[in-house]
Amino acid sequence: MPAIISVRSLGKTYAGGVIALSDVSLNIEQGEILALLGPNGAGKTTLISAICGLVVPDCGQVTVAGHDIARDWRAARAMIGLVPQEITIEPFERVINTVRFSRGLFGKPPDEAHIEKVLRALSLWDKRKARNMELSGGMKRRVLIAKALSHEPRILFLDEPTAGVDVTLRRDMWALVRRLRDDGVTIILTTHYIEEAEEMADRIGVINHGRLLLVEDKTKLMKHMGRKTLRLELQEPVEQVPQALAPYGLRIEEDGRVLVFGYDTRAGRTGITRLLADLAAAGISVRDLDTEQSSLEQIFLTLVEESA
Amino acid sequence: MNWHAIRAIYAFEMARTFRTLAQSVVSPVLSTVLYFVVFGAAIGGRIQSVEGIGYGAFIVPGLIMLTLLQQSVTNASFGIYFPKFIGTIYELLSAPVSFVEIVIGYVGAAATKAIAVALIILATATFFVDLQIDHPVWMVAFLLLTAVSFSLLGFIIGIWAGNFEQLQLIPLLVITPLVFLGGAFYSVSMLPETWQTVTRFNPVLYLVSGFRWSFFGVADVPVGTSIAAVSLFLALCLGLIGVIFRTGWRIRQ
Repeated sequence: MPAIISVRSLGKTYAGGVIALSDVSLNIEQGEILALLGPNGAGKTTLISAICGLVVPDCGQVTVAGHDIARDWRAARAMIGLVPQEITIEPFERVINTVRFSRGLFGKPPDEAHIEKVLRALSLWDKRKARNMELSGGMKRRVLIAKALSHEPRILFLDEPTAGVDVTLRRDMWALVRRLRDDGVTIILTTHYIEEAEEMADRIGVINHGRLLLVEDKTKLMKHMGRKTLRLELQEPVEQVPQALAPYGLRIEEDGRVLVFGYDTRAGRTGITRLLADLAAAGISVRDLDTEQSSLEQIFLTLVEESA
Repeated sequence: MNWHAIRAIYAFEMARTFRTLAQSVVSPVLSTVLYFVVFGAAIGGRIQSVEGIGYGAFIVPGLIMLTLLQQSVTNASFGIYFPKFIGTIYELLSAPVSFVEIVIGYVGAAATKAIAVALIILATATFFVDLQIDHPVWMVAFLLLTAVSFSLLGFIIGIWAGNFEQLQLIPLLVITPLVFLGGAFYSVSMLPETWQTVTRFNPVLYLVSGFRWSFFGVADVPVGTSIAAVSLFLALCLGLIGVIFRTGWRIRQ
């Protein structure tokens, strides 16, 4: 698929010396859902802000559908809808006027049918005449999404869209995001929730200290997630793995009292039965055993720790 | 030009006026009525006329100018400061809208509101005094030029302000004293010579004087000087706005 957003060597250092982005390069493909994972202050919001024009990068280049965001900013921005992390909304205005305002701001003529469609899709139609300050937190977040969708963007940035949102609303939002993707909208979301990235994303990017550590297809990452480890607690500690057990790639832990074996759950044969037989043949007695699933969260944490 | 955006900003700002009608319109009209009672009736009873004009009528252009300046600055500064304060400015900055379009939207709405209030005060004044307008076209021109110039100043204040206190600082501590000392309620010729000289450094004097000329054909300074002064102020504000938008000062990180 062609890249709808191309980020090249993007850098940003804030006044005070905080490096928010460091040599970030990234292609975002048309029609995909890309999840950006990273701890607080990793640079996720700065990256989004730089693409959307809120932050002026120190160096690098960003193009949106071939439009340079610095030179051809009007065409680039017209394609983008942004849902910010914070609930920032005009408190005294009515819901429908707030959404109409956004559509006009992005250069689109009034279209009441589209506004109605968006509000209905977000279950806000019944609240269209309510003032924003009268809405619950979840509803306000939906108004922000409605504003971002009001001008029919081809690209939607969702910065922590489900932060502080209850489970039901979170599921509703995920369903909405999928519908938008089915309509051809490219979606970039930042999240703290690994589950959200697993559930939604086609690709996953991990960012920390302003550096993009990884951008990987989710299915490839799921292969890593398919890895499990078998921990074998031994009756007697061993100093080294016997030569006969070398093919298993066992790792010694806890002063020789534990052997760790990694295997693929989706492989035809995991090798566990043979390993246990070979351990017995080598005179090593197992006292207890335990298995652990490696998760995206573990991968994420490992990457983040390694980059720290 | 993104006309839809200009229209959206303008309509959004005007809607705020209608939401706060009492604050936007009733309050300045009430203040003006009080000025008429105090200055026109109480003090005016002792001052028969100034430069051949009844005192009550003489102060009308000054009162209108006072309100026009305050309204222009306040409306425009609040208009751009509030999105900064609540965070909704992100949408302006990420939209395909140029700074020129943003200024036209906000300043246009602020100037419209200020002129509307000024005209309401003018209408209110006719209930208290007999008014003549010798040069109606120039009166409208002064209204427009002043409203736009001071709305631009308000816009600059709104961008500069870091809190609500700073937002009020210039209107309260600068604009209001300048209007009071700029001949709104007296003719400069009534002052001692030293103070006449000092007053000529007050830019508001030229606005009030020119505006009064459009009503009664009398002025403290030549009308050409008044037009030049307000035009210079307009150019200065436009230049400042240009610098702010080129550098993104206090707007973009």
